[in-house]
Amino acid sequence: MSTDAGAEHELDVAAIRADFPIFDGPVNDRDLIYLDSSGTSQKPRQVLEAMDAFYVEANANVHRGAYYLSDQASRRMEGARTKVARFIGASEPEEVVFTKNATEALNLIAASWGRANLQTGDAVVLTVIEHHANIVPWHMLAEERGIELRFIGIGDDGHLDLSNLDTLLDGAKLVSFTAMSNVLGTLTPVARIAEAAHAAGALVAIDACQYVPHLPTRLADLGVDFMAFSGHKMCGPTGVGVLWARRDLLEAMPPFLGGGGMIANVTTDGFTTAAVPHKFEAGTPPIAEIVGLGAAVDYLDSLSMEAVRRHEVELTAYFLRTIKERHGDDVVVHGPSEPAERGGVFSFSYKDVHPHDISQVLDEHGVNVRAGHHCAKPLMKELGVGATARASLYIYNNESDVDRLVEALDDASDLFSF
Amino acid sequence: MAGLEDLYKEIVIDHYRSPRNWGELETPPAKHAEGLNPLCGDEVHVYVQVEDGVITDIAIGGQGCSISKASASMMSAAIKGKSLSEVDELTSAVKQMMSIHEQSLDEDDSGVLHEPPDVELGDLEALKGVVKYPVRIKCATLSWHTLAEALQS
Repeated sequence: MSTDAGAEHELDVAAIRADFPIFDGPVNDRDLIYLDSSGTSQKPRQVLEAMDAFYVEANANVHRGAYYLSDQASRRMEGARTKVARFIGASEPEEVVFTKNATEALNLIAASWGRANLQTGDAVVLTVIEHHANIVPWHMLAEERGIELRFIGIGDDGHLDLSNLDTLLDGAKLVSFTAMSNVLGTLTPVARIAEAAHAAGALVAIDACQYVPHLPTRLADLGVDFMAFSGHKMCGPTGVGVLWARRDLLEAMPPFLGGGGMIANVTTDGFTTAAVPHKFEAGTPPIAEIVGLGAAVDYLDSLSMEAVRRHEVELTAYFLRTIKERHGDDVVVHGPSEPAERGGVFSFSYKDVHPHDISQVLDEHGVNVRAGHHCAKPLMKELGVGATARASLYIYNNESDVDRLVEALDDASDLFSF
Repeated sequence: MAGLEDLYKEIVIDHYRSPRNWGELETPPAKHAEGLNPLCGDEVHVYVQVEDGVITDIAIGGQGCSISKASASMMSAAIKGKSLSEVDELTSAVKQMMSIHEQSLDEDDSGVLHEPPDVELGDLEALKGVVKYPVRIKCATLSWHTLAEALQS
């Protein structure tokens, strides 16, 4: 995929929908209007077939046997590693560590790098818009190590407030933050924060769960040291996530989980570790899922991530315009108002109707949206709400999906407003 | 709207719009517990005043969806003035009504539903429709769990 090709190419949403079997038939006797891809994306046939083909043609444990089948399994898994590395612009496949999800990847950073490098009084900088997966591991380490957690606040229009960044970075060892908010859709200024953090002597980790599936990802442009993301939000299966980190960091870090596959040698006196990335992949990995993620990356590449981003910016603009035209001030969409500054994730409130009830009423129309705190309770507190309804877009969504959501909201009004 | 009338019965919406016994009681003498639904962030506060084994006063508060708020309101109306043993019976009856479709390890596999205890449920009967929407059962039972916690505190 070249940038030039991406510039000309547009998404053919009808053809994309045909690739996703879940859109073939009714779900619960209704057309499926799936608007929860921030929760998890649907899976194209190509991914399901790749996983099936692995089990049918090449199933064996990896990195174990000298026999043909085991070699085939290892090749498919390592082939997927290379695809993922290329997809994010990593300099080599060995910098890609497979985990069970992004949460495990973030925990790995805290448990391995954190324990080895952070002492009492050291500061880690987070933001108030983080998912719990990028807060709780640091709270756990704070309890164990007495490290100090500092939080970048939220400013205007759903953006981070960076006015006191220099103060927050003073003495910090790590800045760990989301590249795109799973609640507000806010795209954070990753490169700018990374540059400031590095100048202050801190390393930088990003939670890219909502970023990698939706935007072209070039690690060189982001300038970070660690990046975590999940497979299941980018057309891949559940059960596999990725930690990318600079090779020198991975090599210096102690192992995370111990067991088979992560060792060079074991004696009754101790052990030595395997080379990266296997040092961090103890036990039998989710082989079929990793193969599925490789197929997902191929699928997204075939669409061109530039085209994916353009599609989502256009649909974001349509969403923001349409919901306002129909519902005016009855609806509040949190997060940036400018489509270019955000992804297609919309947390909204509608009159005084509770998000659970919104979600329930929309479900009657086949419109699937999430309701709750979205694993971001500190952000809910900042927004002054207990919960929000959240709609999120992906490659298979079109203007008709947005229309159906916007129309179905009328029913919530009929039932609940008073 | 079509399809949801079992869930959003008129009486449920009425309790949601005008929750009974909404407010706080002074603690002590009242007992208080806060119940959280970690999945959705709903919270309910239950204050109970118990004198000589009777619930003489109750107040509820918090934030939640129509089902959780209506359920708390109905509960408060149902147990005010009741003895603790009557409240126990009512609690079991409501839990049984709500857990019809929940799997339990000690459930026999005959497929026969156990007869609910012989308790007058009154308005609470209206919440029966919730069992058709398993995700919402926790919304409906949160206030009852919180009541039990408050009584034990």
